Amino acid sequence: MQLWFTEKHTPHVKLSIQVDRQLFCGQSEFQRVDVFDSREFGRFLTLDGYMMLTEKDEFIYHEMIVHVPMAVHPNVRHALVIGAGDGGVIRELTQYQSIERIDLVEIDELVVEVCKKYLPKTSCCMDDERLHIYFEDGLKFIRRYEDEYDLIIVDSTDPFGPGEGLFTKEFYGNCFKALKADGIMVNQHESPFYQEDAQAMQRAHKRIVESFPISRVYQAHIPTYPSGHWLFGFASKQYHPVADIRSAKWNALGLQTKYYNTKLHIGSFALPNYVEEMLKDVE
Amino acid sequence: MNRQIQDKAPIMDALNQFKRMRVVPFDVPGHKRGKGNRELTDFLGEKCMSVDVNSMKPLDNLCHPVSVIREAEQLAADAFGAEYAFFMVNGTTSAVQTMVLTACKKGDKIILPRNVHRSVINALILGGAIPIYVNPEMDHRLGIALGMSIAAVKKAMEENPDAKAVLVNNPTYYGICSNLKEITKLAHEHNIMVLVDEAHGTHFYFGEDMPISAMAAGADMTSVSMHKSGGSLTQSSFLLVGKRMNPGYVRQIINLTQTTSGSYLLLSSLDISRKNLALHGKQIFAHVRELAKYARAEINQIGDYYAYCREIINGDTVYDFDVTKLSINTLDVGLAGIEVYDILRDEYDIQVEFGDIGNILAYISVGDRKQDVERLIGALSEVRRRYKREKTGMLRHEYINPEVAVAPQKAFYADKVSIPLEQSVGYICSEFVMCYPPGIPILAPGEKITKEIMEYICYAKQKGCFLTGPEDMQIQHLNVLK
Repeated sequence: MQLWFTEKHTPHVKLSIQVDRQLFCGQSEFQRVDVFDSREFGRFLTLDGYMMLTEKDEFIYHEMIVHVPMAVHPNVRHALVIGAGDGGVIRELTQYQSIERIDLVEIDELVVEVCKKYLPKTSCCMDDERLHIYFEDGLKFIRRYEDEYDLIIVDSTDPFGPGEGLFTKEFYGNCFKALKADGIMVNQHESPFYQEDAQAMQRAHKRIVESFPISRVYQAHIPTYPSGHWLFGFASKQYHPVADIRSAKWNALGLQTKYYNTKLHIGSFALPNYVEEMLKDVE
Repeated sequence: MNRQIQDKAPIMDALNQFKRMRVVPFDVPGHKRGKGNRELTDFLGEKCMSVDVNSMKPLDNLCHPVSVIREAEQLAADAFGAEYAFFMVNGTTSAVQTMVLTACKKGDKIILPRNVHRSVINALILGGAIPIYVNPEMDHRLGIALGMSIAAVKKAMEENPDAKAVLVNNPTYYGICSNLKEITKLAHEHNIMVLVDEAHGTHFYFGEDMPISAMAAGADMTSVSMHKSGGSLTQSSFLLVGKRMNPGYVRQIINLTQTTSGSYLLLSSLDISRKNLALHGKQIFAHVRELAKYARAEINQIGDYYAYCREIINGDTVYDFDVTKLSINTLDVGLAGIEVYDILRDEYDIQVEFGDIGNILAYISVGDRKQDVERLIGALSEVRRRYKREKTGMLRHEYINPEVAVAPQKAFYADKVSIPLEQSVGYICSEFVMCYPPGIPILAPGEKITKEIMEYICYAKQKGCFLTGPEDMQIQHLNVLK
């Protein structure tokens, strides 16, 4: 028997992963949630048929979205994470003793439940006492806050479906308002490679540039995402992601990482020419 | 309404049956189920093109319905509690014109509030009826025109015992209802016909705890824009009539101006939407109410915006309020409604229904999701954070009582001359000037141009309202009577 999970990366390109067995399938108010076991990638989570994470390559995404801003900001005490029901971002964040409080806003309670049960490798720290979970629309949550957070991590799904609101100008504007005077926002920034992803990436960049004085983009290589070439956005009111990196201080923390290091941090902001051009087009 | 029969959609069924017959077309339309126009078919889809067909025996004929269209009309009449229903494919505009042309011949008087849609005054130009305006009161805080007071309607009827009809908005664009039941009672006592513009009131027939619908109030005719809150395709609409009307005569009036090539896309959309509302309308509009209620509460918490609701009811000129309407006053933010409208579209990719001098209207319907409403609220809060300013110099009023000097038809066809807008004060206008939407005339043919009106037009232009009506597309000149 052959059982395969297939995701269309474009109307003409597919990625298929052989499935050992399906562990969970359910429909929430917002989306369909599936968990599979596979030989090559271990366990993986999909939402509405789109790959969210695999046990094999999730460390790349989660380390890069968390440690980059953490190595720049001198003192993150209050962090907000939007999306991220799988817990991967939380696992990385809770390694920092300086953080006093983490607010996690996830629209879909089912995602958290399912990940706690089936994906212990990412959801291992969801019981940390500094963590406060809110099940609501991120766009709604953020509206209420002003001058509140040192760091906001936007771990969104795609710019269609339930995550749509997290790619809008009103959302980025509200994040700006909710951040303190030296706050940083990082976000999942889509891919520059295939046309449709690239357009979403450009739109997101344009809206962030309009909302923040400093807005840079960095990259990582994530095998199970379309094209494998993935971007993150770094938007900030004050700190520059490369000029203001505190490498010695971060290295002194002695955190164990598989992908991230401070040299790679600096390098990840050096982008291919065609990507630089796409970004410049909308700046 | 008889729910047992409402799950039928005779026009849709006939079209499906017709497709299965695989008839070879040697009739119009010439695209022949799309085969003759590839690009259009790729764009609209084969399914859509395959039912863009002509009237023929199995599909009935809109001008003289005897089979499936007739049956669909009967189902619609049953669903809306009307004596007779007509499928309209020339927009609600043609339904409104049919009402006026049925009720009034040349020189007949019709009582109406001045904040009517342009289609009503168009009908006066076509048919030569004489308007007797009842001034709607103004809410000065919001800058909007309200409904008609009973005393004013009564006075107009007593002063014009020869009036043939009264026309009522139910509700206005902003969601305001007059006391329709009482107006109907008064009118019938004076032997006056009651015509209702329900372009924004389809849901009154299906939702719970809504303002009274025209047919329930006993009105004689009403125009219902199914394509607004009812979910059918743009330009499709119902004309409903009550017991006192002669449907054969109404049909003759419709056929004076309605197309003889009624679109089956529009007709089937009316048929299917009627079925949907009859079966699910209660839940659909409960959902819409809840969304609107939630949005209002959240928007009022942002500060400075005022999303109004039933608290403005006053027992007379605001006899009832349509809670599905999300009308938001923006003046305390220091921005004109039209400015917020423009910012939302240009910067936030959010399109609201309209913006006028003091308000925006966000249309909430069956198609909206909570997350879209969150975007609107989030964007409004951002607009306030980024643009709030002092409100000095903001014009409030949206409605100016007109001075009618000449009947609309006479003024429209009279000898005229074009003069610069700024020099037009004191002249009698021979054309319309309005912001679109909402399409309620600032000036109609035959009305005197006052200084206040001229300044208002200049202000609306400067704030970026989309002005239409005059021959001069730039609205720098107006045609006035010689």
